[in-house]
Amino acid sequence: MNLVGNLFGSSIGRKILMAVTGLVLIGFVIGHLVGNLQVFSHPDKLNGYAHFLQSLGPVLWVARISLLIAVAIHIWAATVLTLESKRARGAQAYGVKTWIQATLASRYMRWTGYVVLAFILYHLAHFTLGTAQSSTYKATLPAYKMAHDYHVLGFTVVPAGTEVLDVHSMVILGFQPPLVAGFYLLAVTLLSLHLLHGMDSLFQTLGWRNSRWSQSLRSVVILACLAYFAGNVAIPGAVLTGKLSPESAAKSAPAAHH
Amino acid sequence: MVAASTLKTFSVTLRVWRQAGPAATGAFVDYPAKDISPDMSFLEMLDVVNDELTAKGIEPIAFAHDCREGICGTCSCTINGKPHGPGKGIATCQTYMRSFNDGDTIVVEPFRARAFPVVKDLVTDRAAFDKIQQSGGFITARAGSAPDANALPIPKGDADLAMDAAQCIGCGACVAACKNASAMLFVSAKVGHLGLLPQGQAERDRRVLAMVNTMDTLGFGSCTNQYECSAACPKLISHDFIARMNRDYLTASLRSAFKPAPANTGGGAA
Amino acid sequence: MATLDSKIPSGPLAEKWRKHKTEIKLVNPANKRKYEVIVVGAGLAGSSAASSLADLGYKVKCFVFHDSPRRAHSIAAQGGINAAKNYQNDGDSVHRLFYDTLKGGDYRAREANVHRLAEVSVNIIDQCVAQGVPFAREYGGLLANRSFGGAQVSRTFYARGQTGQQLLLGAYSALSRMVGAGAVDLHTNSEMLDLVVVGGQAKGVIIRNLVTGEITRHSADAVILATGGYGNVFNLSTYARGSNATAIWRAYKRGACMANPCYTQIHPTCIPVSGDYQSKLTLMSESLRNDGRIWAPKKAGDTRAPAAIPESERDYYLERLYPSFGNLAPRDIASRAAKRVCDEGRGVGSTGLGVYLDFADAIKRLGEPAVRERYGNLFDIYHEITAESAYKAPMRIYPAVHYTMGGLWVDYNLMSNIPGLFVLGEANFSDHGANRLGASALMQGLADGYFVIPYTIGDYLAGQKPGSRPAAEAPEFQQAEANVRGQTTRFLATKGKQPVSHFHKKLGKIMWDRCGMARTKAGLEAALQEIPALREEFNASVNVPGSADTLNQSLEQAGRVADFLDLGELMCRDALTREESCGGHFREEHQYPDGECKRDDEKFGHVAAWEYQGEGKTPVRNTEALNYEFTKMSVRNYK
Repeated sequence: MNLVGNLFGSSIGRKILMAVTGLVLIGFVIGHLVGNLQVFSHPDKLNGYAHFLQSLGPVLWVARISLLIAVAIHIWAATVLTLESKRARGAQAYGVKTWIQATLASRYMRWTGYVVLAFILYHLAHFTLGTAQSSTYKATLPAYKMAHDYHVLGFTVVPAGTEVLDVHSMVILGFQPPLVAGFYLLAVTLLSLHLLHGMDSLFQTLGWRNSRWSQSLRSVVILACLAYFAGNVAIPGAVLTGKLSPESAAKSAPAAHH
Repeated sequence: MVAASTLKTFSVTLRVWRQAGPAATGAFVDYPAKDISPDMSFLEMLDVVNDELTAKGIEPIAFAHDCREGICGTCSCTINGKPHGPGKGIATCQTYMRSFNDGDTIVVEPFRARAFPVVKDLVTDRAAFDKIQQSGGFITARAGSAPDANALPIPKGDADLAMDAAQCIGCGACVAACKNASAMLFVSAKVGHLGLLPQGQAERDRRVLAMVNTMDTLGFGSCTNQYECSAACPKLISHDFIARMNRDYLTASLRSAFKPAPANTGGGAA
Repeated sequence: MATLDSKIPSGPLAEKWRKHKTEIKLVNPANKRKYEVIVVGAGLAGSSAASSLADLGYKVKCFVFHDSPRRAHSIAAQGGINAAKNYQNDGDSVHRLFYDTLKGGDYRAREANVHRLAEVSVNIIDQCVAQGVPFAREYGGLLANRSFGGAQVSRTFYARGQTGQQLLLGAYSALSRMVGAGAVDLHTNSEMLDLVVVGGQAKGVIIRNLVTGEITRHSADAVILATGGYGNVFNLSTYARGSNATAIWRAYKRGACMANPCYTQIHPTCIPVSGDYQSKLTLMSESLRNDGRIWAPKKAGDTRAPAAIPESERDYYLERLYPSFGNLAPRDIASRAAKRVCDEGRGVGSTGLGVYLDFADAIKRLGEPAVRERYGNLFDIYHEITAESAYKAPMRIYPAVHYTMGGLWVDYNLMSNIPGLFVLGEANFSDHGANRLGASALMQGLADGYFVIPYTIGDYLAGQKPGSRPAAEAPEFQQAEANVRGQTTRFLATKGKQPVSHFHKKLGKIMWDRCGMARTKAGLEAALQEIPALREEFNASVNVPGSADTLNQSLEQAGRVADFLDLGELMCRDALTREESCGGHFREEHQYPDGECKRDDEKFGHVAAWEYQGEGKTPVRNTEALNYEFTKMSVRNYK
């Protein structure tokens, strides 16, 4: 018996890998959302934040590679487990099969997963690589000059006057085509559903869930997913409804125009 | 008081999976079941239908059954898409015909899973469960070597929880209900029962690693935490035991990774 | 005539077993693996025997007709298991358990066997706890006990309502360990259809694989039968549908004596029959009688709903007839009283075969929540089966066949009169006399398997040369196999009109009417005419569809019912010959004015062991005198 062999070789081991990588990814998507909600504030915030992340260099790459590995393991484990489970079900399907109590979210994990994966790929192409919607990509937009210092933990990391990429405008412009915003809305809806089952499940898989508090856990998970969903809907929603536009951004930042 | 329902009978159509043998191709066949009393058990209804089939020269439907009081775990039909039929916390043999209505078509199939091949009609081979048990589902205690039963006090809560897990009747409904044909509820009930008791500690790591390994080898699927298993379980065994086994498995794997390797010397006889 | 040497060791009662263990022969550890032992059955007795013998080093082959060794009907025992631990400090002792069991058996069991059972009862609990059986515990972590079946001490250990299941899972886990280690060769779906006797000794069995139909021969140095009781001869009983007498009956036909076949236990509180289709009677725990009151209408043919029958027109007959014990009267007495009431036309329910067990007073006195807490699960089972709520209307109950005390004759070593053939658990006759006490069946099965056979089999095997077992090609094996194949072919070739169940139902009715709770000379004589006639009809017109080389449940059942037809006849013969009443055997001609059993120790203070003489011939009745050295046979009085 060895630890790595058990984790990668056994069904429970692979479930544990899914749970742990899932936990990492949940941490990422929540952090990502919280960071991006700065779009509702002065453009300095999001742009300074983006510039700061870019400036981390090797640390950024460690984070990116870790996330890639987590995604890869998550998908690999899901694929292997799914194939095994399909095989386990046997060649002859039931003539009639009813669900007894499985939740909707749990029944569509694979499908929500597919859409989320497609979305991530587009999202990366859109905002990170600029291969999609390149006309509004941050690198093609005029540079943005920081109006104020941007602080992290009290330290000034991006001083006022620095010319940085205009991520804030890119986000707003990027969501203006209704098709893009629509796809985004669909994806975050499905991602929230994916998280609804996934967040609950990881406690079960890691052995931290029991019926004494599973109801409370469920409530917390539902609230977290709702909050996550609301936060994610807010950005393209605000863009689509015109609440968030380059003009409104300009209004919220009078200092930058004087 | 005699229930009014005993006075009237009704008729249903059985759509039964017929399969001559493990290698044969099966198919659904419809049989009428007439003059059914609501007080009949589902299996008694099958008895009646079988006697009629026999009289007509048709081979009766093979189905597994024994105690007919919900404790031996032999009976195993999937009725209208649910293992053990519509009731909650009961086995097929405790399902009564009053759960159905006149004119219903009742679809009856075997428990299906690759690890449970069909033997004939509704009978499946569940020897895989025995194999899992043989790989570690025990506490080694030779007859005659046991200390006094009260030498080892066990907190009532632990004993009760162990009993909750130990109630498993080994019917396989959990596997049949699971979309992945996973045996996690069965294995975790055994691992939980023995692992909760102080007597079971010596073999705790070994047991969970061996039983999970055998479970995987025999071709059961994995758990996707939908809990159809515990909902279909005739003893309503909680999926909490699955969480517990997951933790046990991880702990055992971690511990085995950091345990010093045993020295390669023989006993002390040198 | 078979010689029935009980081989009871000499010496004081409490010393016999210890002395015997030190005196019997041992098998050298290095030689143990050279002996092969066949165990048929994997209930409590079979599993515990197979695992213990394998642990000792013998090569063991275990055959079980179920699909798994965990399915045997030992699982259904609800109440508990007795042991003389005296953990309650209430005055229990090995001697008291011995005495209660002997008296409960109406002085028809061997003193020495019963004493040994009481002695090893304490080891059983230790063993089961070590295996992880989750017995009920107190908050301090020590084992809980309850008083059961009217015992005056609390000596019953229990695991919720599933004691049998949990004990069997313990034995099954021990067996599984030995199977996993390669020490037991386990054959599931394998039914024993004949015993092979070579040179007067049991040396093998013929097995039919129930899934493939394959018939195989297996030779061994000794054969152990642990195949349970034969209550399904009554068709309707609390037994599992698959429980059968085939293994012991085929051994009987090879010369093993069948002892006291008429001793049948009938449990008073079962759910009544609801129709002809009925396949099974479900037991409602005896504990219900602690708070429920049993009654029937005073007037015959009273079909009013129970609530409409005023108090003055109800007959609480147990309270009336047995004022001191009331509703807690012993099983056999309560059963017979219910039968009498129904015979008078005062039975209730659509069939008229039932009496009320009423909780209205208990609900008034304790409140519904308290009643629910005590009996909720039983009320649920009752509701599941009858769709009636016992909180609102009284339960209907009726007695049902529950256990058979008779079985193959064995000596103190549990060896039958065929050397090399051992019989354990309910399949033998040894420990319960004419009536078994509650919570004693589990005790006996495990005692035999864990703590008796591992010692006594050595005494026999030590006399057998290692490697001397016959080859499976020996003519005796060929003959036995041909016998089995012949029977199978006959069943399939008959192609008659009636399914096997038709004959089983008819036999059950004859047995229940003639050889059930109360027996008479005339009734038994009639049965001895009716059963052979039914057998003729069976042989001529049974319809067994399908083939022999696949799973064929009709074929399995045909063989079992054929054996029940023979066994039923022997039971009636035994009941007719035993001109006394004792325990589960009640002859109406032999009773005290108050309806108690009237024993005749002078004439029947013995074991009747029937010896097969061939097809159609009257079997020989051998007797083994019951010599009570230490106890006085007295009238069993619970008043």
